Amino acid sequence: MRVELSGGQILVECLKAEGVEAVFGYPGGAVLHIYDALFQQEAVKHVLVRHEQGAVHMADGYARATGKPGVVLVTSGPGATNAVTGIATAYMDSIPMVVITGQVPTHLIGNDAFQEVDNVGITRPCVKHNFLVKNVNDLAQTMKKAFYIATTGRPGPVVVDIPKDVVDPKVLVPFTYPETVALRSYHPTVKGHTGQIRKAIDLIVNAERPMVYTGGGVVLGRASELLTQFTRLLNYPITNTLMGLGAYPASDRQFLGMLGMHGTYEANMAMHHCDVLIAIGARFDDRVTGNLAKFCPTAKIIHVDIDPASISKNVIVDVPIVGSVKSVLEDMLPLIADAGGAKQPEALAAWWKQIEQWRAMRCLDFKTNGEIIKPQYVVQKLWEITQGDAYVTSDVGQHQMWAAQYYGFDKPNRWINSGGLGTMGFGLPAALGVKYAYPDEEVVCVTGEGSIQMCIQELSTALQYHLPVKVVSLNNRYLGMVRQWQEFFYSGRYAMSYMEALPDFVKLAESYGHVGMRIEKASDVEGALREAFAMKDRLVFMDFQTDPTENVFPMVPAGAGLNEMILV
Amino acid sequence: MTMRHIISILMENEAGALSRVAGLFSARGYNIESLCVAPTHDATLSRMTLVTHGDDQIIEQIIKQLNKLIDVVKVQDMVDAPHIERELMLIKVQAVETSREEVYRLAEIFRGQIIDVSESSYTIQMIGPGHKLDAFLAALGSISVVEIVRSGALGIARGPRGMAVPEA
Ligand SMILES: Cc1cc2nc3c(=O)[nH]c(=O)nc-3n(C[C@H](O)[C@H](O)[C@H](O)COP(=O)(O)OP(=O)(O)OC[C@H]3O[C@@H](n4cnc5c(N)ncnc54)[C@H](O)[C@@H]3O)c2cc1C
Ligand SMILES: Cc1ncc(C[n+]2csc(CCOP(=O)(O)OP(=O)(O)O)c2C)c(N)n1
Ligand SMILES: [Mg+2]
Repeated sequence: MRVELSGGQILVECLKAEGVEAVFGYPGGAVLHIYDALFQQEAVKHVLVRHEQGAVHMADGYARATGKPGVVLVTSGPGATNAVTGIATAYMDSIPMVVITGQVPTHLIGNDAFQEVDNVGITRPCVKHNFLVKNVNDLAQTMKKAFYIATTGRPGPVVVDIPKDVVDPKVLVPFTYPETVALRSYHPTVKGHTGQIRKAIDLIVNAERPMVYTGGGVVLGRASELLTQFTRLLNYPITNTLMGLGAYPASDRQFLGMLGMHGTYEANMAMHHCDVLIAIGARFDDRVTGNLAKFCPTAKIIHVDIDPASISKNVIVDVPIVGSVKSVLEDMLPLIADAGGAKQPEALAAWWKQIEQWRAMRCLDFKTNGEIIKPQYVVQKLWEITQGDAYVTSDVGQHQMWAAQYYGFDKPNRWINSGGLGTMGFGLPAALGVKYAYPDEEVVCVTGEGSIQMCIQELSTALQYHLPVKVVSLNNRYLGMVRQWQEFFYSGRYAMSYMEALPDFVKLAESYGHVGMRIEKASDVEGALREAFAMKDRLVFMDFQTDPTENVFPMVPAGAGLNEMILV
Repeated sequence: MTMRHIISILMENEAGALSRVAGLFSARGYNIESLCVAPTHDATLSRMTLVTHGDDQIIEQIIKQLNKLIDVVKVQDMVDAPHIERELMLIKVQAVETSREEVYRLAEIFRGQIIDVSESSYTIQMIGPGHKLDAFLAALGSISVVEIVRSGALGIARGPRGMAVPEA
């Protein structure tokens, strides 16, 4: 029997076929037909947000925690433009996502119609790909392509712009969801080149001062176990980027902590002095390399990445390997075993001895000061109370760095933050997306009083869908990260970094139907956290009044090499 | 070392294909000297020829970034192999009294064709690699140019092989 469906119904069927559990969205004129189709079925749920940016961050959090693509539905014009910050955030961190945007009817496109924007044009530089569907007969095929492109190769957001007439309920067309899709112009390389892998193995096993540097690609590529095997087999030191945290257990002896601008002394010194750098699924971001001219001056560099454009973009490497982390590590493990493992045990022992000396500097130690709440202490206690096993999202600023430095992640996909774009406002909606995916897991948003106000309206969504996350706000009454730079580099001229007229966050949380707590003394921190986490089914907003003058250390100042850190 | 490269691109003939390439170049700050686009004998494809300058690292990034565009089917740096470059130029110059004779002679030497004549002007058509057109412009010396239109360079590889389209 031939099935005839409307565009709206087809869209819903496509989502079902892709196994989409929920769509995060907000309705409006151009998507009313689609909403009507969604309303008449049960399989695909819808989460109504309070601002389209929140929808995209929720879908993003969902995607980062589960590895499945996040799906967003917004209307044309302002709905689509509100979504752009979220789309760019996902793009910079390579997060798989399909964003469906409404568009004015095809015959009105280009006429400055009501709520018309050139959405394909606006999003083009911040998507992996985008489509304008002009004919309902192309809809299913386009959706198939969208999911395929978003989730394969280097993942990323794909926008599908759908004019209202394409989903007209009166127009019925035959529907079948394509089982496969092939694009002659898109063939991501998964398997690494054998010759290159052999060259890499030769460098790897003969290294005297090796260093493993891995990033978000290991999390995205679900290769954390293989990475752990690889690193343990060789007994080499390892560091993770901000995006790669959790891919290697933080509690393991071989882990040197995060590297880069706010990385540990031992990780950055080991980077600077290594003779073979094994970069896996990391993109040599400027926050990681510091001054390029001073980066890894003595190292031969191997780089495994699924995106050829990531390789030799910022740092020219000696052995490029294009392929997925998983496939390349699978190929490498037996070769390392065949080679008899690492071949320079004496040099390696000396190297570890040197690293332990750097580690003995204890660069993350901080001074406590009576009853003043140190933000680092809050994160440490949070780690203890959640047994290091929560999903932690964050916003952007000092609190983000403290969360990254002091919450040791032993598992991948648990640390969820906006690294590439650095989007304030990400943390709360992302946490809601995670909680939606994993209602039984502990989900915490570590935020600042600046960032939380950028998407605070989603507290309302949290109530509606019963998403009881915990909000840990490190409230320093400053745009702290900005203040820190002004203290260091602008002689303490704190231009507009002070937050005056803050709301009463306790009352604010309460007015949204949640629990609010204000914590002012260090001795109350642990008790407050315990109390909050005991309220399993309530969203608790914890407003910690932290030391306003605390700074993030260590720090590699702009223009410096990784060996030129400011420690305190 | 900065070099001039002619890059040929086969793209899916979709709406907006050109803007993806143009947008990539402006967003990443690559320079474009010229860009030509037209359909090919295969209606599903369009072929773009782009002239840019850069050192090896930049050209490598340009080619990788072009390949990364989902609609791009194939990219080839013409400079990697023997190739032919051609560009069409239409140029209108002032041609009065003594300069009339001189323009005529120069056009002849450079194998240009005079395709339009008025009392005070000649319009010349010239085809060749970019440097030949540049040389003609230099040779004009003090003759005053009214208008120049150039197509931008086209490139094609020498020999029997064409730019192959990979299977889906
Ligand atoms: C306030 C602030 C401070 C920051 N400070 C630091 C800092 O001190 N240290 C730090 O590290 N970062 C820091 N960042 C983050 C930084 O901006 C970058 O986002 C981050 O360093 C990039 O991480 P990454 O290299 O792991 O790349 P990602 O953005 O995670 O990219 C992943 C890479 O892996 C590749 N990849 C994806 N999937 C696969 C696969 N399956 N197989 C192989 N390869 C794959 C991709 O092509 C890409 O090249 C900071 C950000 C902010 C906002
Ligand atoms: C949307 C957005 N606007 C501006 C910035 C620049 N910025 C980076 S950190 C920061 C301060 C954040 O303040 P807060 O959330 O209170 O965190 P803190 O640094 O105090 O922990 C600002 C303004 C940004 N990253 N994102
Ligand atoms: Mg703050």
